[in-house]
Amino acid sequence: MALLSKKDTKLITDPLSDNNPITVQVLGICSALAITAELEASVVMSVSVLFVMGVGNVVISMIRNIVPSKIRIIVQLTVIATLVIIVDLVLKAFAYELSKTLSVFIGLIITNCIIMGRFEAFALGNGLWRSFLDGIGNAFGYAVILIIVGFFRELLGSGTLWGIAVLGDPIDKTGLYALGYENNGFMLLSPMALIVVGIIIWVQRARSKHLIED
Amino acid sequence: MSIKSKLHEIKETFKGKKMAPAFNAFHTFLYTPNEVTSSGTHVKVADDLKRTMNTVIMSLVPCLIFGIFNAGYQHNLAIDAANGIYTQASLFGNFLTFENLMIGSMKVLPLVIVSYVVGLTVEFIFAVIKGHEVEEGYLVTGMLVPLIVPVDLPLWMLAVSVVFGVIIGKEVFGGTGMNILNPALTIRAFLFFAYPTWMSGDKVWVHDAVNRAGTPDAISGETILGSYAQNQEIIYSLSDMFYGFIPGSVGETSKLLIVFGALFLIFSKIGSWRIITSTLLGALVMGLIFNGVIETGLVTNSSKFYGLMSVPFWEHLLIGSILFGAVFMATDPVTAAQTNKGKWIYGFLIGFISIMIRVFNPAYPEGVFLAILLMNVFAPTIDHFVIQSNVKMRLNRLKIKTA
Repeated sequence: MALLSKKDTKLITDPLSDNNPITVQVLGICSALAITAELEASVVMSVSVLFVMGVGNVVISMIRNIVPSKIRIIVQLTVIATLVIIVDLVLKAFAYELSKTLSVFIGLIITNCIIMGRFEAFALGNGLWRSFLDGIGNAFGYAVILIIVGFFRELLGSGTLWGIAVLGDPIDKTGLYALGYENNGFMLLSPMALIVVGIIIWVQRARSKHLIED
Repeated sequence: MSIKSKLHEIKETFKGKKMAPAFNAFHTFLYTPNEVTSSGTHVKVADDLKRTMNTVIMSLVPCLIFGIFNAGYQHNLAIDAANGIYTQASLFGNFLTFENLMIGSMKVLPLVIVSYVVGLTVEFIFAVIKGHEVEEGYLVTGMLVPLIVPVDLPLWMLAVSVVFGVIIGKEVFGGTGMNILNPALTIRAFLFFAYPTWMSGDKVWVHDAVNRAGTPDAISGETILGSYAQNQEIIYSLSDMFYGFIPGSVGETSKLLIVFGALFLIFSKIGSWRIITSTLLGALVMGLIFNGVIETGLVTNSSKFYGLMSVPFWEHLLIGSILFGAVFMATDPVTAAQTNKGKWIYGFLIGFISIMIRVFNPAYPEGVFLAILLMNVFAPTIDHFVIQSNVKMRLNRLKIKTA
């Protein structure tokens, strides 16, 4: 027997393409713009969201039948907040420099619409295993876009990838810089992140026409 | 058989083919096509899009030629100044010389060529992909771009920004006539934020100053705005500013030639006199307000805003590129407000905000392009409210009549 049934596989693959939380549902834009200037920060953010969404969806799915619907939002918030605090403390303990770069944005995972959206739309009405798959599927969908944006912004904006100079040294003028190349400062500003996300959306819709709304 | 009919035959043979739009663009550039409208009543006017564009280009040519000479002149002037020689500018003595022409052509013509080749290539690619005709919109943009950049800008940077500006500023919205932002200014904004060291400072405005920095032959040429922002003495006379013997972007220095261009545009009814007038008016009002603040003594010598705030209000029109922006940028018929009342508001706010940015933000010594881009975004909103107020007024009139 396959590990995942066809329906379950769809839970993971759908958010990667046709139901991507960022490019199709246009959720979670703030963090996608704010922290993608470096690849490393994008990856750490993605992993954090992956943890919060995976665990959160499971927890919500577990208690979905005993939470009165009138107070479900506050319960959901409590669950997210708890998980986010765990992430925040772990980062502060083991990667202090990075947690300073990400600053307030780890805390703001609480307000990331993707997470609340999946709790409401999926975990409240589905079993544990399927909720877990949906959670990590959407987190992967989020991560893919963050990493693509982070890759281009760091490469073109700072000439580095994961902090390693790949295009040469801009001060000593080695590598590409010897030819007169210069880093694109606009890439490091948030407006350019929005434009990069826009270009990704453009490319995606040009490839799969059924996503285009009239 | 004439070339014209030969071209027409080729066009008929390849109708509907993939590269047809590319061919048609060349064809209509050379000759009027043979097509005539076959049905319906229509009013014929002579000024189609191509003629409109050509008129604007014609009004820009003097600025370009002056810019070429000025590039050479500023280069030689800076070298003389470094050697301790100070000369007065004289048109036939040391400005319109062959040497200046050579230096200027070497620097400015590549900018023009890169701008046109890259921009038109992008337009052709999009026309072929989308299967529509190549639009003429880039003819003017391609001419404006080299005029609003510093002379020493590396050509690859210009190429990158032209690609960005044409795609993000225009093609994604649906091409010529659909764009929200002025493409030429989008290109300049991209350059400014991406490569700020090449777009501001005291080195980029004079040819070769960047290369010589740090050597014994170092030269520099600060723009007037830059000097004011740093509370320095201005070494240029008012007549130099008016005739344009000052450092600055390639085509915006000569206020005299811009005024000629403006008159040409107004009399040919291509440019809107309302926008030009109201932009200048807005700039003057803001300048007057700042002068008033200085009078009250609230801002003194020690303030970093003092330099630009104390500039006599009318002098704001002579320094920086407010005049160029008002005449050639703000009047872009696509991105400006469409209603007459809207044009007044739109222009006034451009002038007003330009001078405000100029004075309050020394990091952006020239705020004209930012102000115009901002108002481009608001132009549809302005039009909306103008139209709504008109609707309301007419409804009221109706009520009074019927009552």
